[in-house]
Amino acid sequence: MNIELRHIHKRFGPVHANNDINLTFQGGRIIGILGENGAGKSTLMKILSGFQSLDSGEIWMDGQRVDYTGPEAAIEHGVGMLQQDPLDVAAFTVLENFIYGQRGGLSLGRKAARDRLKEISWRFGFFDLDPDTPIAQLSIGQRQQLEIVRLLSQGVKTLILDEPTTGISAEQKVVLFNALRELAHNEGMTVLLVSHKLEDVIALCDEVAVLRAGRLVGTRAMPATTRELVAMMFGQELPPVKREPVGEGLRPSPTPAIELDRAQLRGKRVTVSELSLRVQPGEIIGLAGLEGSGQEALLRACVGLIKPQAGRIQLCGEDVTGKSYRHFLRCGCAFGAAGRLEEGLVGGLTLTEHIALVNEYQPVVDWNRARRLTQEQLKQYNVRGRPDSRIETLSGGNQQRMLMALMPPKPVLMVLEQPTRGLDVDSARWIWQQLLERRATGTAIIFSSPELDEIVTYSDRILVFYAGRVTEIPDASRTNIDELGRLIGGHSDGAAQ
Amino acid sequence: MKNRSLALQIGLTVLPILLSLVITTLLILAVGSDPRAVFQNVWEGAFRDSRAFAGVVNFWIPLTLCSLGLIITFTAGLWNIGVEGQMAMGAVFASWAALSFRLPAPVLVPVEIVLAMIGGALWALLAGVLKTRLGVHEIFGGVALNALANVVSIYLISGPWQPPEGGSVRATPPFPTDALLPPLSDEFKVSLLALVIVGVVFLAVVLALRGTRWGLELKATGKNARSALLLGVPTERSALSAFIACGMLAGIAGSYRVLFTYGNLRPLVSGGIGFLGLLVVLLVANRALWAPVVAFVFAAILGGSARLKVAMQLDASLAGVLQGFLVLMALLTNGLRARLTPPAQADSRDETPHRSGETFQPITPPSQEIKAHE
Repeated sequence: MNIELRHIHKRFGPVHANNDINLTFQGGRIIGILGENGAGKSTLMKILSGFQSLDSGEIWMDGQRVDYTGPEAAIEHGVGMLQQDPLDVAAFTVLENFIYGQRGGLSLGRKAARDRLKEISWRFGFFDLDPDTPIAQLSIGQRQQLEIVRLLSQGVKTLILDEPTTGISAEQKVVLFNALRELAHNEGMTVLLVSHKLEDVIALCDEVAVLRAGRLVGTRAMPATTRELVAMMFGQELPPVKREPVGEGLRPSPTPAIELDRAQLRGKRVTVSELSLRVQPGEIIGLAGLEGSGQEALLRACVGLIKPQAGRIQLCGEDVTGKSYRHFLRCGCAFGAAGRLEEGLVGGLTLTEHIALVNEYQPVVDWNRARRLTQEQLKQYNVRGRPDSRIETLSGGNQQRMLMALMPPKPVLMVLEQPTRGLDVDSARWIWQQLLERRATGTAIIFSSPELDEIVTYSDRILVFYAGRVTEIPDASRTNIDELGRLIGGHSDGAAQ
Repeated sequence: MKNRSLALQIGLTVLPILLSLVITTLLILAVGSDPRAVFQNVWEGAFRDSRAFAGVVNFWIPLTLCSLGLIITFTAGLWNIGVEGQMAMGAVFASWAALSFRLPAPVLVPVEIVLAMIGGALWALLAGVLKTRLGVHEIFGGVALNALANVVSIYLISGPWQPPEGGSVRATPPFPTDALLPPLSDEFKVSLLALVIVGVVFLAVVLALRGTRWGLELKATGKNARSALLLGVPTERSALSAFIACGMLAGIAGSYRVLFTYGNLRPLVSGGIGFLGLLVVLLVANRALWAPVVAFVFAAILGGSARLKVAMQLDASLAGVLQGFLVLMALLTNGLRARLTPPAQADSRDETPHRSGETFQPITPPSQEIKAHE
């Protein structure tokens, strides 16, 4: 089946998640959809599979324009999506899950369904799908197999898989990949693979389409190297040659701002082990890596939001291992999380209330003083908003500047998750100007970013994370995006050790 | 534009009242009665003389106290269903003092009230600790603690607090006069002290939520505990203090029931007032200023409809029906309001992505994350 997407647009509030996407998918091929988190790939796939409606644009299948709402209609048109978390019912058995969603009358037709389940699963090598096992006893890999079998029996001709190799075993991955190849190359189906695991994409795909910030960057036929794919995902613009003269006047001080000694940090997906790091006052450390490679664990450990499983953490010479976040704050840390309205700003509170929260500590709040202070801060930080505006009515850039205004003026250490996420160039530059000013007064900064040029431009040192493994680039001025890209993709050779 | 939105706001405030009156009227017609006579009787039931009016006020006092307490916990994002149990425990603690101590009234009454506050606060704190430390949602913890508080009071009534010469299992013996709150007059049986307490509590709650660090922290915790924590708010302490404050007020409410309304301890002493308080708070969308007014309307409707049975052979639960519809319609119009009024957008210079703000919610949702997370 050939699918053509024409001028697909989708907005979520001010976010243009899909911006004029034009793509053609040929039958019989496996196509990788690549992009960092937030690039818009999931949105696009949800539109194609009916889980989300599009704002404007057309979907054509085999020369026919189709118009559907809802996943059921999409399946009728032959498009089925395998979600990251399989959509099955835990209380049911494999057979019952297979039956629901099938066309049919009142009778379930267990016998026929059982035969069909067996037939399809054996054809693709899913040998351990026992019809009578309850879902709760299956592994994610098996549940995935069941979903594939179910979608196939519903007549799906285009199969979309969202991060299918997360949480499945190596053997299951082999089985899955073989099945997908069989489906595409021998049965002429279209297989779309959403993933940011480049090794999977390289192993499986015939071509890739790359999205960045809601736009289609381009497509290319495989094979391609990790480095080439990373370059497409992150943008090929070379970093500005002129780096800020960072590192000047930076003398190793006897007490580092923060020091980690063989820390073991458990992140959401990976564990970082034996991480030792000394950050001097006025030093900027950039953390690079695909999302969820362990950077977020380090950032959060540096402000006490997660406690190390082993090892020690010192702040300005004081042992703060296992201390609370509030203790870290009192020691002069500041933390800015990536999700502004989820972590950092309180939707529903006004700007003045935010300022009061971090400035007015006496039992009775002096609202006049808080409002005056807010006005000053809004001016100083160039925030477009009134003191009485609720924070959620501000645009992203203004929210980010507000977050900056809420941080202490001279922290010992600033820990920032994607400090310029979603900001335009001007706002991003403004944020960095602020950060560099604080750095000049001796503030150490640790930040993560999906933008490689941001990391190369502003860091003194870079830590590259790959699946919990950390490679240090001791002199950021002597690296380039190519090298970073390789390290991010997991090739540790050629790192400047 | 501005006028239109103001008209919309007023319309959306009046709409639920009109709708629930219409539905109740239809219901009365459906059972073959005269709606005008019904409303007439309810009015007279509440306001015909000072005795009837005193009944309304005696219901209003604990209801207002509970509502104000609940506004505190709602502000912190907590659904304190356990307010009924907190009332009951307040009543139990006050009763203990009333039955145990032989003191002159000016000493004994304050002791009773303080003990009632402690009792309610402890019971609330229990729900709070269950939530923050053990992850038991306050709704489930509250329901369980409500049941438990009733069991405790029934046990005390039927066991340890029975007089040695034997008494009723339906109530403790009457408390001595020194243990009771004195009424204003025989004509108007309402406690002056309780009225003063309600006034003070009302002012304190309004001012605390508006102007104190504590109120600000409660609000931040209720709106987004995670962000509040990152901004340095001790969210767990915040949540627990809200529970304690609400428990204290519910405790006073409970003590009023035993020290004035009944003059002894009875099973189910809270009489559903705590739950009714929840409805009041839902209806006023958590605005403390309006709580006494709406509580008064509720008290009047409930007190007045007691007359329906005598006068018209109608069941007094009609009042409950009216209240139920009132709250339901208020919640519906709140949803409508969220749809009709788009979130105001401040002038934004940069077209940058940010999560669009959640729809306006007049009542803070149950708190997401008040845990010992720091």
